[in-house]
Amino acid sequence: MNAPTKTNECRGVSLKVQNLRKSYNGIEVLKGIDFDVSPGEVFVIMGPSGSGKSVMLRHLIGLEQPDTGEILIDGKPIHSPEVMDQYRMAMVFQSGALLNSLTVGENVGLYLTEHQLKSPQEIAKIVAEKLEVVGLKGKQEVMPADLSGGMKKRVAIARALIIEPQLILYDEPTSELDPMSAVVIGREIAKLNREICVTSIVVTHDRDLAFGVADRIAVINEGRIIAVGKPDDVKKDQSQAVQNFLNADFKNTIY
Amino acid sequence: MFQNLGELTLLFWRTLRELPACWRQRLKILDQFFEIGNASLLMVCILSFFIGGVIALLTGPVLAERGVATSIGGLVGIAICKELSPVMMSILIAGRIGSAMTAEIGSMRVYQEIDALRTMNINPIHYLVLPRMIAITVAVPLLITFSVLVGWGGGALVAAGNPKINVSFPAFFENLRLVVHVSDVVTGLLKSLVFAIVIGLVACHQGLVTIGGPRGIGRSVTKSVVNCIVLIVILDYFLTRILL
Repeated sequence: MNAPTKTNECRGVSLKVQNLRKSYNGIEVLKGIDFDVSPGEVFVIMGPSGSGKSVMLRHLIGLEQPDTGEILIDGKPIHSPEVMDQYRMAMVFQSGALLNSLTVGENVGLYLTEHQLKSPQEIAKIVAEKLEVVGLKGKQEVMPADLSGGMKKRVAIARALIIEPQLILYDEPTSELDPMSAVVIGREIAKLNREICVTSIVVTHDRDLAFGVADRIAVINEGRIIAVGKPDDVKKDQSQAVQNFLNADFKNTIY
Repeated sequence: MFQNLGELTLLFWRTLRELPACWRQRLKILDQFFEIGNASLLMVCILSFFIGGVIALLTGPVLAERGVATSIGGLVGIAICKELSPVMMSILIAGRIGSAMTAEIGSMRVYQEIDALRTMNINPIHYLVLPRMIAITVAVPLLITFSVLVGWGGGALVAAGNPKINVSFPAFFENLRLVVHVSDVVTGLLKSLVFAIVIGLVACHQGLVTIGGPRGIGRSVTKSVVNCIVLIVILDYFLTRILL
């Protein structure tokens, strides 16, 4: 996968995270995270399981409140009413988090339906378009239970797209997928970034996906960012923790 | 316990605040309403019939021995409409409907569906709690009305069919009409309304606070049913005291 080239007018936002800290039951999960993301950038956060990646993502979408620190969207605090009103953010959850009682079409159109932003006919048309974008044309009436893991994630991406977001967060988009489905999801992320120039933050421990789609990569370990930079720079980083994570391989392991 | 009560009060207040926008959820309210009715009506009728029957069976022979067998209509009538139907059926509905509500909302919470709603700026209370609360608040008093009628029917049938009681249908209902006033039925329905709100609130609250995967869902469902039953029995005492 090639790094995306931005051709269209960029709708993405800038994001700045400053000294983000969070503890649960006295255990510090995030220990002062700092990074910033430019508009239209694909920023990948990599790290081993339990390093605090998903927790950080939940802070970025406003599902969690940090103990200390700040998250700024275009320089404005994420929880300010101004950001809530003016900016549109979407998240693609690790499990897809589709509402199982609704059809695929209803899931994708949920945002528009609930906020009564369009007529039912318009919503149906937009849903069909978004499903086509993610390669699921004509799947409106299928129930989520009848979809494969990869298809569920693509529906979740379509649901995120219908918001016309300026920022999309992907939580482990290729987890539990076979390599071919993972490639399809990676292509979707790159394609969306190329076509609509949305700011994307991808949390993953899938190295192929990370190096395939990222403009920049941050490596997180035990609640701290230990390396950040362009994919090639991160590959060359000599710190032990980064190398341990990047070079962990079955071939180098004696069982 | 006090934390739970506080959270329940808060949830009730937040649900009330969403009431003006309930028209937008009318389809979901209807869905829930039919689900509650479909799931419970037959069971409510069967149970009520036998409850009416057993009350008649227990009290009828004693009343007949004392020569006041015809007053069985009033006795069964009052017992069913003021106490047995509201309490027994509410407990049944807590087990049948409340548990389903908790399991559904709980699994949505565990599998991040509620988080997904929040990221789309959809208020889970408006989307999930409000339709269920309105549906159960309307459905339970209706089910209790059915229950009262079927319970009376069950009592009348046993009173007429059992040779030790031998009170005809017209005599049973004539006495019932003399003893049971509309206010007695309304008292029972008022109780059922309060119980319905309690079941809806407890079930939705337990669903919303579910943590810990499938095991957590199981724990929440158990807690929801137990809390509902405890609250129904306690509130029944106080409501009876107030409405007596």
